Amino acid sequence: MAEKKKLPSTFFNMVVVLTLVCVVSALALGFTYSKTKDAIAQGKINKVLAALKDVLPEFDNNPYEEKSTRKEYPGLIFYPASLAGGPVGTAVETFSGEGFGGDVRLMVGFTSDLRINAISVLGQTETPGLGTKMESPSFLKQFVGKDPAEFKTTVKKDGGDVDAITAATISSRAFCDAVNKALNALKQEAQQ
Amino acid sequence: MSIFLIIVGAIFVNNVVLMQFLGICPFLGVSTKVKTATGMSAAVLFVMTLATLITFLIQKLLLVPLHIEFMQTVSFILVIASLVQMVELILKKVSPPLYQALGVFLPLITTNCAILGIAVLVGRSEFNLVEGVVFAMATAIGFGLALVLFAGIRERLELYEIPAAMQGAPIALITAGLLSLAFQGFSGMV
Amino acid sequence: MKLWKEFSKGFFKENAVFVLLLGMCPTLAVTGSAINGLGMGLATTAVLVGSNTVISMIKRFIPDKVRIPVFIVVIASFVTIIDLSMAAFVPDLHKALGIFIPLIVVNCVILGRAEAFASKRGIMESVVDGLGMGLGFAFALTLLGSVREILGAGAIFGWSFLPEGSTTILLFILSPGAFITLGFLIALINVVRRRFA
Repeated sequence: MAEKKKLPSTFFNMVVVLTLVCVVSALALGFTYSKTKDAIAQGKINKVLAALKDVLPEFDNNPYEEKSTRKEYPGLIFYPASLAGGPVGTAVETFSGEGFGGDVRLMVGFTSDLRINAISVLGQTETPGLGTKMESPSFLKQFVGKDPAEFKTTVKKDGGDVDAITAATISSRAFCDAVNKALNALKQEAQQ
Repeated sequence: MSIFLIIVGAIFVNNVVLMQFLGICPFLGVSTKVKTATGMSAAVLFVMTLATLITFLIQKLLLVPLHIEFMQTVSFILVIASLVQMVELILKKVSPPLYQALGVFLPLITTNCAILGIAVLVGRSEFNLVEGVVFAMATAIGFGLALVLFAGIRERLELYEIPAAMQGAPIALITAGLLSLAFQGFSGMV
Repeated sequence: MKLWKEFSKGFFKENAVFVLLLGMCPTLAVTGSAINGLGMGLATTAVLVGSNTVISMIKRFIPDKVRIPVFIVVIASFVTIIDLSMAAFVPDLHKALGIFIPLIVVNCVILGRAEAFASKRGIMESVVDGLGMGLGFAFALTLLGSVREILGAGAIFGWSFLPEGSTTILLFILSPGAFITLGFLIALINVVRRRFA
């Protein structure tokens, strides 16, 4: 094959080519970013909407639009749900920093009388096959419909009623920690 | 997170090579002798700490304020590549014996995914500057620990007869697997 | 046909993972399940084809002394495009692959092909080379991911074939399992290669 002539490596050439490549790259990336950022943002919202549907009793309002935060409870987001004008419950987006591999984020659905309706896991980075079992129905279903006044939301090892995941006590404790954060916040709100 | 927890976590519990799978190529390639392993570890410690420091500043002072976080990959890898070039030049001038010892490893470090990996990890984390740099140093120490341990084992392995199909990469990988299994024992420590 | 040879070498004779032993980090890290392995393999292929194509197109304008930085910027740009696209269109896969998506840029396979092939050969050949090496890489990752998922989770591509609550060999989806499985796979392939050599 005939050797095609390459641009000589003079200082001028090198700087110009490198700068040109960087500029084209920045433009291409900026363009891609502008085209994808809406889809990315929407994807995050969709995940929250799906979780709300899973954990709340039947509602016909838009809890996502009515969400609120309070500065007494940093990191928590409250989503009120109502049916035909009457409140049916609240979902709380909560978290715990005590996870084994990082934060554990949950969406806990409460009915108006502060019973746990259902819980959905929004994010976790626990050990696969161990802590990740917190997303399995067999772990989550023990919380469904429970009244925290009778069902203590700490692991059995710590004197509570929650069946921890075998060999994943830290993850289970983090899960309970997140649930309790949400529960305590709602209890305090109810007392006001 | 306390500094102590960060250090212990980075060296043992979440060891960068054996648990997070970063830096595997040099891990398999440069670990046949303890001496070269030590040399590579020192080079990695140097570059990783500096790279994390600089990319952290770029992230917090440039990318975030200008809302161009999507330029993270391009800017970080350019910084790392330039850093390695610069370190090579400076080392040559300032300390020729050190350059002789580390020099050959430096170009390899640019494609060491551990460097970019840790830089990106710190960029995405909630660490402040001090925590980030400590994390990077501890990670590099963990890398060195794994590398030197591994080299020690491999040096002894050379004295044994290994079936033909297992020679080279397969036996190295299986050994690494057992080493990783040993490090699993650290989980739950933090 | 010459083009076919360029394409198929990536699968067996010069398979990036099993023969050239390149790109080990993502290979070990994301193959806990078959779908993650496949996803990473395809993402890498996309970057490889993109970067091979562009580098082959502009090769005459790259002064020799700056070729590595230029290759890096091109590769990093494609990685970012794939990163953003995946976050937008396949968010669950994007989350599962996590930090290893930006790490595609230091996957030695891509820089290696740019240096050894795309900067020297025609555009069509470079595209085919990229496709072959990339899909061969994807094949290796999917194979490793499948073995680990079957043994470690009793499932394949998320479809569980064991009754719920069965014990699986958890080791295979944890870190040690990655090393050990890959080691045995390469040994197996070495045996096959010797037989057919």
